[in-house]
Amino acid sequence: MTELTTLEAQTYQKQRNQWWDVWDQFKTHKGALIGAGFFIFVLLFVYLGPLVWSIDSQYIDIRARNQGPSWAHPMGTDQLGRDMLARLMAGGRTSIAVGLTAMGLALIVGTFVGVIAGYFRRLDGVLMRLTDLFLALPILPLLLVIIMLFRDPLRASFGPEAGIFILIVFVIGITSWMPTARIVRGDVLALKEREFVLAARSIGTPPHRMVLRHILPNVLSPIMVSATLGIATAIITESALSFLGLGFPSDFPTWGRLLFDGTDWLQRNPERVIWPGLAISLTVLSVNYIGDGLRDALDPRIRGR
Amino acid sequence: MFDNTTDRRVLVSVSGLKMYFPIFGGILSRHVGDVKAVDDVSFDIYEGETLGVVGESGCGKSTCGRAVLRLYDLTAGTVMVDGTDISTMGQGALRKIRPVMQMVFQDPQACLNPRMSLADIIGEPLVEHTRLSKAERRDRVYDLMDAVGLNRDFANRYPHEFSGGQRQRIGIARALALNPKFIVCDEPIAALDVSIQAQVVNLLEDLQKEFGLTYLFISHDLSMVRHIADRVAVMYLGKIVELAPREGLYRDPKHPYTQALLSAVPEPDPVTHDTANRTVLKGDVPSPSNPPTGCNFCTRCPRVMEICRQQDPEFREVEPGRFVACHLFNESETAG
Repeated sequence: MTELTTLEAQTYQKQRNQWWDVWDQFKTHKGALIGAGFFIFVLLFVYLGPLVWSIDSQYIDIRARNQGPSWAHPMGTDQLGRDMLARLMAGGRTSIAVGLTAMGLALIVGTFVGVIAGYFRRLDGVLMRLTDLFLALPILPLLLVIIMLFRDPLRASFGPEAGIFILIVFVIGITSWMPTARIVRGDVLALKEREFVLAARSIGTPPHRMVLRHILPNVLSPIMVSATLGIATAIITESALSFLGLGFPSDFPTWGRLLFDGTDWLQRNPERVIWPGLAISLTVLSVNYIGDGLRDALDPRIRGR
Repeated sequence: MFDNTTDRRVLVSVSGLKMYFPIFGGILSRHVGDVKAVDDVSFDIYEGETLGVVGESGCGKSTCGRAVLRLYDLTAGTVMVDGTDISTMGQGALRKIRPVMQMVFQDPQACLNPRMSLADIIGEPLVEHTRLSKAERRDRVYDLMDAVGLNRDFANRYPHEFSGGQRQRIGIARALALNPKFIVCDEPIAALDVSIQAQVVNLLEDLQKEFGLTYLFISHDLSMVRHIADRVAVMYLGKIVELAPREGLYRDPKHPYTQALLSAVPEPDPVTHDTANRTVLKGDVPSPSNPPTGCNFCTRCPRVMEICRQQDPEFREVEPGRFVACHLFNESETAG
């Protein structure tokens, strides 16, 4: 190009990175901002909190058991005298890590299956029957069998905590990708018939780039919604597993495990249930709001309203 | 008009093109029939000319345009574009030919990805087929936007922020990006206001002069085709019934269907509008999955004969450059 055009081009609006538009729109969503703020606060609380509050979550002080809130133990202690604040931080680390990774796994599997099934008609029947198969599986017996079969080998090769973490993430991920796959497939089926896909085909776009450039960005909204709901379900499923005693070892705190332990003392120390319950609910709520804001921000049609 | 084109090079040559869409039915979803959207169509397009294709809704105009670009897998027939037979090529090999032939779509709203900015949409063919750097691509996109009359400031905007006419310009800019020789315009003006229609058609004409483009212009607007096309093909139920130079066709339509079609064009003068002697066709278009035996038009033709119901008329040249598929002209040939 000539120098003149380059000069001219600079006087026009520079091409702007799309993510700045996304951020501008995200900022206007109050709920999302508050949610993001709260989520960052929770992350700081569980990851940096132990640096400030240095009591070990496993330290047993049997003489201080079942105490209510005090300056020494702001959230009280459990029946073995372990500090609840420290346990809430340690439990949050596990719960949030499980929630995010399990959701990520479910999302990747679900989106992959959904896009492939929707885009390639030949694979549609097979993949959707597979999805139905997974939906029809009775989750609880399946979990029991998986955990019985794989707990010990995984523990042996990755250590007790990492091993059970991998197992739980895998189990939650593998049993919760189906709704995403179905939603994504439906959207892809509709999108595939849109004229802009035909337009892309008319310039010879190969299928993989068609999916990445035209299909995936347009199914982002439903994926986003399932992602945020997915984090919530993953945290809750992990809690349920721990509650049933199938999850992490009993001395290893997670929010679900804290809830489970607290139920026995509901009458005497209700705060032992309230704190982890509140932590789970508020984290899930904030993630949902973030997802809501992100979905709006990623859609150019809503942006700028 | 036509006399000059005979010695010109044929850019696109279509012969015996058939595009059937299978119908599956029954419990075992067996193949029970075909929708014969395009049934044995042949035509040539000379370099630099505009071939208009007219016909009523559902007669296979758009399918024909798409089949020529191989957006479908053809049932039968050959399509030669710029000397290459593309009728049986795989999509991978076809990709190398794609820059030569492009398409402008009917619905400017639907043919643009709502999640891509204008610069990305116009630049997409460049990303696919060229190795331009980011800056070079941006300059090319700006050039294209200038060519179709879009403000350069719009580069960061999204399709929903534009009016219909502007969107169609985006679609045209995108089709021009790779310097194609041949563009299929699939009813590019059907979704636009009348005032915008003129703008877009003039733009298409200017671009044709500037870049030496060849158009296959599909439309149901007869007066617009008269304005832009050099030759016109009239389609009915998947077949071309008449193909003739523009002036000849509008002055002296041969095929009864063309006559009926032209007599349906609204007259601007209210007096002549009311007194015009119109040929009004009776009945409906037969289903393309079950066309009548003999001539496709025999069920509605005002001048139907016995032979029409038995034999499919051949598509033949009755005068130099004028092709008609009708038994009326077979007879006159043999008689005279």
